[in-house]
Amino acid sequence: MMQALREPTAEMEVIYQHPAALSECRTHYCPGCTHGIAHRLLAEAIDELGIRERVILVAPVGCAVFAYEYFEVDGCEAAHGRAPAMATGIKRSCPENLVITYQGDGDLASIGAAEILHAAARGERITTIFVNNAVYGMTGGQMAPTSLLGQKTTSSPAGRMATLTGYPLHMCELLSGLQGSTYIVRRSLHDVRHIRQAKKAITTALRVQMAGLGFGMVELLSSCPTNWGLTPEQAMGWIETKLIPQYPLGDYKVTDEAKALEKAG
Amino acid sequence: MPKELLKGNIAIAEAAVRAGMQAYFGYPITPQTELLEYLSARMPELGRTFLQAESEIAAIHMVYGAACTGVRAMTSTSSPGYSLMQEGLSYIAASDLPCVVVNMMRGGPGLGNIQPSQGDYFQMTRSAGHGDYHPIVLAPASVQEAIDFTLLAFTLAEQYRHLVILAADGQVGQMMEPAELPPLLPVAEERPVWALTGARGRGKNIISSLHLRAEEEEIANQRIQARLLTICANEQRSTEYATDDAELLVIGFGTAGRIAYSAVEAARAKGLKVGLLRPQTLYPFPEDRLSRLARQMRSCLVVEMNAGQMIEDVRLAVAGRIPVRFYGRMGGMVPMPDDVLTAIEEAYALHAAVV
Ligand SMILES: Cc1ncc(C[n+]2csc(CCOP(=O)(O)OP(=O)(O)O)c2C)c(N)n1
Ligand code: SF4
Repeated sequence: MMQALREPTAEMEVIYQHPAALSECRTHYCPGCTHGIAHRLLAEAIDELGIRERVILVAPVGCAVFAYEYFEVDGCEAAHGRAPAMATGIKRSCPENLVITYQGDGDLASIGAAEILHAAARGERITTIFVNNAVYGMTGGQMAPTSLLGQKTTSSPAGRMATLTGYPLHMCELLSGLQGSTYIVRRSLHDVRHIRQAKKAITTALRVQMAGLGFGMVELLSSCPTNWGLTPEQAMGWIETKLIPQYPLGDYKVTDEAKALEKAG
Repeated sequence: MPKELLKGNIAIAEAAVRAGMQAYFGYPITPQTELLEYLSARMPELGRTFLQAESEIAAIHMVYGAACTGVRAMTSTSSPGYSLMQEGLSYIAASDLPCVVVNMMRGGPGLGNIQPSQGDYFQMTRSAGHGDYHPIVLAPASVQEAIDFTLLAFTLAEQYRHLVILAADGQVGQMMEPAELPPLLPVAEERPVWALTGARGRGKNIISSLHLRAEEEEIANQRIQARLLTICANEQRSTEYATDDAELLVIGFGTAGRIAYSAVEAARAKGLKVGLLRPQTLYPFPEDRLSRLARQMRSCLVVEMNAGQMIEDVRLAVAGRIPVRFYGRMGGMVPMPDDVLTAIEEAYALHAAVV
């Protein structure tokens, strides 16, 4: 028989609860999509750092277009790819606030490649959560700049061919070469161990901004079972076996100051 | 304040500073670059935000972000850069955000040249980005007016929470004239209640132009249209010269209007009953005044530094009551007063022919 849920009492320790920074509404994400996990991690990190009332979130154009609905923080909607420019305008006008962009790979690595590159080069004091699922999710699974060679998408039906569309774009590798970058890391959301590591990275990235250091980005390898044509479980396996070999996890740039923050956390 | 000899671009920059502009984002392009250069020194001096963006696209989206936080924000550019800003303008307008954009028009289309032009009339008044809306468009013809309209631009932007474009041409930006600047106004300390400042002690604020349900998007459009109706009713501005007994009305804005003024003066000296209407707002177009004036005129002559763009608004206001004629130069060519005078004389002669 199922045990009835008990109201928490003083002796009970709260070990899991709805983050205050996450809205209590249903998201429109597909089953098995890791956008939801990324949201939860970001919300937990915001709560734990006690910064909910200081955050301004810039939502992208992509499946996370409604991100401003899903977080209990001030938020706005950028044009496709322009979130880093918009965040720059916000941060420069509200230096005390913590400005976060949340962007997909089409948004960040394709149409918004110039904006993210220059925000990083300027050492813009913003935090970017980069959700890389190797497709354009929202528009129905077209090829993204991050799509793998041979990957079949709705706009590369025979599989991505280097002779036609070149090679996957590695944003962490690219941005870590810039002096303005302070904290550039890649994590994955395909299993619990990696999810925990992702959470730690998001927390550190926010600390980097709180400390007024330079640009920070956490790339999260993510699932899109709907457009990959896989079950949620298979999709997690695809991240592990296909995405990670192409996009190795790790710390691409962590300055000494950022390392100190990482340790302190 | 005493009059100073000021270059148009610098005058607009300093006027914006004195109007309390807190954030400026821009990208170099002739003939407005001095504006950006001037602010690169002036804004930090006052502890305000100046940033050279990586492109006009980024500049307008930085303005969009700054405007979301409730600060007085501005960018400036010239025609090719203005084209790049269309996306951001549409988002700003759809989000009910106040901000000011200066377009110091130059010869086009394409890369064109750096001479003064009025070729962006359509792009500013009709389609500043996709969707159904118009920005407020102010058209100065002198350095003094450029200063006054910069102040007016910020006032109107905030009063209506609407996008305002200062539509000048390279000539206004580059010429030097004696003009008077306003005193330095204090910067607003308080941010508006709708601004994004962090959800401290209040619910969250959201700024978005996304309405997935068509019913909601239509309501959002109706809100914009209702605001535009008020703007059209209250903000039509124009100035005129010698219209009382005129039979021929010359109509021109900005630099073309100013040149037309000289031509009208010369025509008057020759005894021709000619007057001038110079629209100061291109949107809303001063159709009420023009419609009334048209009743007394036998014809009108539109003078523009383009192939004929404002003439469409003139035709709408005149509604077929009198002939509408046109004299224009394109591609950065500035009309000579004598050439406009010849066009006036030709148009005037046609009156006699009709009798
Ligand atoms: C200027 C512009 N071009 C194209 C689109 C259409 N569009 C919407 S979302 C999207 C792709 C988003 O993909 P990604 O950034 O990878 O995010 P995901 O949906 O996978 O999370 C595109 C192309 C748009 N809204 N605006
Ligand atoms: S389409 Fe893909 S990225 Fe978008 S919500 Fe569904 S699974 Fe997630």
